[in-house]
Amino acid sequence: MSRKATKPAGHGVSRDIEIIYQENILDHYRHPHNFGGLADASFNRREANYSCGDEVELFVKLDGRGRVVEARFQGRGCAISQAATSMLTDHIIGLTKKEMVELDADDVAELLGVVVGPSRLRCATLGLKALQAGLESGTDKK
Amino acid sequence: MIMDKSSKKIDAKTIRRDFPMYAAKSGRPFVFLDSAASSQTPLQVLKAMDGFYRRCRANVHRGMYAASEQATEKYEAARRRVAEFIGSAPQEIIFTRGATESLNLLAHTLSKRLKAGDEVVLTVMEHHSNLVPWQQLAKRQGFGLKFVGLTPEMTLDMDAAKKLITPATKVVSVTHISNAIGTVNPVRELAALAHARGAVIIVDAAQSAGHRPLNVTDLDCDFLAFSGHKMLGPTGVGVLYGRRRLLDGLEPFLFGGDMILEVSLEDAVWNELPWKFEAGTPNIAGVIGLGAAVDYLNVVGLNSIRDHERALTAYALEKISGIAKVTVYGPPAGVDRGGVVSFTVGDIHPHDLSTILAEQGVCVRGGHHCAMPLMRYLKINGTTRASFSLYTSRQDIDALCRAIEKAKKIFKI
Repeated sequence: MSRKATKPAGHGVSRDIEIIYQENILDHYRHPHNFGGLADASFNRREANYSCGDEVELFVKLDGRGRVVEARFQGRGCAISQAATSMLTDHIIGLTKKEMVELDADDVAELLGVVVGPSRLRCATLGLKALQAGLESGTDKK
Repeated sequence: MIMDKSSKKIDAKTIRRDFPMYAAKSGRPFVFLDSAASSQTPLQVLKAMDGFYRRCRANVHRGMYAASEQATEKYEAARRRVAEFIGSAPQEIIFTRGATESLNLLAHTLSKRLKAGDEVVLTVMEHHSNLVPWQQLAKRQGFGLKFVGLTPEMTLDMDAAKKLITPATKVVSVTHISNAIGTVNPVRELAALAHARGAVIIVDAAQSAGHRPLNVTDLDCDFLAFSGHKMLGPTGVGVLYGRRRLLDGLEPFLFGGDMILEVSLEDAVWNELPWKFEAGTPNIAGVIGLGAAVDYLNVVGLNSIRDHERALTAYALEKISGIAKVTVYGPPAGVDRGGVVSFTVGDIHPHDLSTILAEQGVCVRGGHHCAMPLMRYLKINGTTRASFSLYTSRQDIDALCRAIEKAKKIFKI
C-alpha cells in the first residue's frame, strides 16, 4: 500500500469534524460492505473496545497460496470502527499474510481518508487488530 | 418538591470565578457537562492543598514536631467536617481512594461472613464498582446475587425489591442516584426492607454527595460510599461511612502502618476506629482538599445546589427531548432525578456524538458509563450523557442542543 502523507494520529494534524464524518465513512457505517459471517473461514477473530462498546468479528478465507479470497465481518459500534473494518474487508482481498501483517494505523487512516484523533485511534484500528490477532494466533477460542 | 427555606438562587457565572478551569479555557468554548464523571475544583480547595504542602508538609499521627501536629490537626479536622456533612460521628468516617475502594472494602470485609445460601441484593443500575466486587466474591465464596430491576418509568421496581429481599438476604447494596440515567432510589424504604430481614444496607452516594443534602440518619443506611473528585474535591480521595457498631465488628481490609496498635512477629492488635481501616500514609493533601470542598459546598448551600441542578435538569429534559430523533433515558419529567440527562440521537453512536460535541467545546460522556448491565437491560449500546453541577448554566444546555443539531446535520439525520 502506498504511503501518502498521513501522519501518526494526534501530532498536530488539524481535524475538521465534518471531514472525519465525510460521506464515505457514513456510507460504510450505514451500509457496511462484506457484512456477515463466513462458515468456511480460514480464521475468524473477535475484538472489542470494551470501554467504548465497539466490537467486530472478522472472518478471513485464504487460498492455497495464503492470499485472501474472501473477508467478511460482523459487529456493532461507532461509525469509525465499523466503517474502518468495512473498508478493511474490501482492502485485504488478494493480500498475502505478510502484506497484512505489515498494515498499520497509517494504512487505516488512508482507507478512511482521514486521520482520527488519539481518543478515536482504537476505534479506527479495531478491525486491523482483529485481523492481525487472527493472523498471529488463528481463531479466537474465547 | 417544596423549596427549602435555606435555598438561595445560584448564579453560575459568579460561581465560575472560583473555578480556574473556566479562566484557563476562556476564549475557547468550554461547555463542561461531565461533572458526573468528575467535577471541577474550586480555588479554595487548591489553596487548602497547597497550604499543606507549603506550610505543614509532614506525615500525620506520627511526628512529635509542629509540622506533623499541624498536618494531623488539618487531616482530622477534615474528617470532622465530612462527618458533619453526612450527619455521622468522626469515628465513622474512613478515608479511602474513592467510592470504588470504599465499596471494595465493604465487599471484601462483609463477604467473609457470607456462605452458600446467603444472598446479596443489588440493582441492575449499579456502577461496575458496586457490582463486580460482589460478583467476583460470590464466585469465590458461593453466596448468591439478586438484582432488582426497573419499572417502565426507569425507577427501581420496589415490588420486585420486596420479593427479592428475604431472610436469606445479608447485604443490600444500592446506588443512591444512577450515574447513567439519573434515577434516584428510595434508599430509606430499601433500608427498612433490609433491616426487617436483618440485612445491612450499603449506599453508593457517588452521584448524590455534593449535589443534595445527605444524611445517614435520614437515609437510615448502614454504610455509605462516595468520592471526593465528584464533589469539587481532588482526585484520589473518597469516603466510607459505616455505623460504628458494624465497623467495629469488621476485620481490617488492608494491613500496614497507622492501622495497628501493637505488633509482634506473630500477631498484631488493630488500631481503633477509624484508623483501623486506614493502612499506610493516607492521601493527606487530598483529605484536606476534600474538607475544603465540604466547606465550599456548605457556603453555597446543598439545598441551593440541589434546586439549581433540579431546575437545570428540568430545562435540559425539556430542551433535549424536544429535538427530533432524540431519545432520552431515565425517569420522566416530574419524577425526582439526579443532574444527569442520558440520551441517544438517531443512529449516531455515543462515541461519534461525543466526538462531534467535543469539537464544539461541549464536554460530555458517551458510552456505557461503567454500567454495561444497565445498557444491556435497556437494550442499547450506550448513551451520551450530560451532567450538571453548581457551575452549570442554561447557556451550557443551549450550547449542547446546538451541538446536537450540528451532529444531526453531519450524520444527515
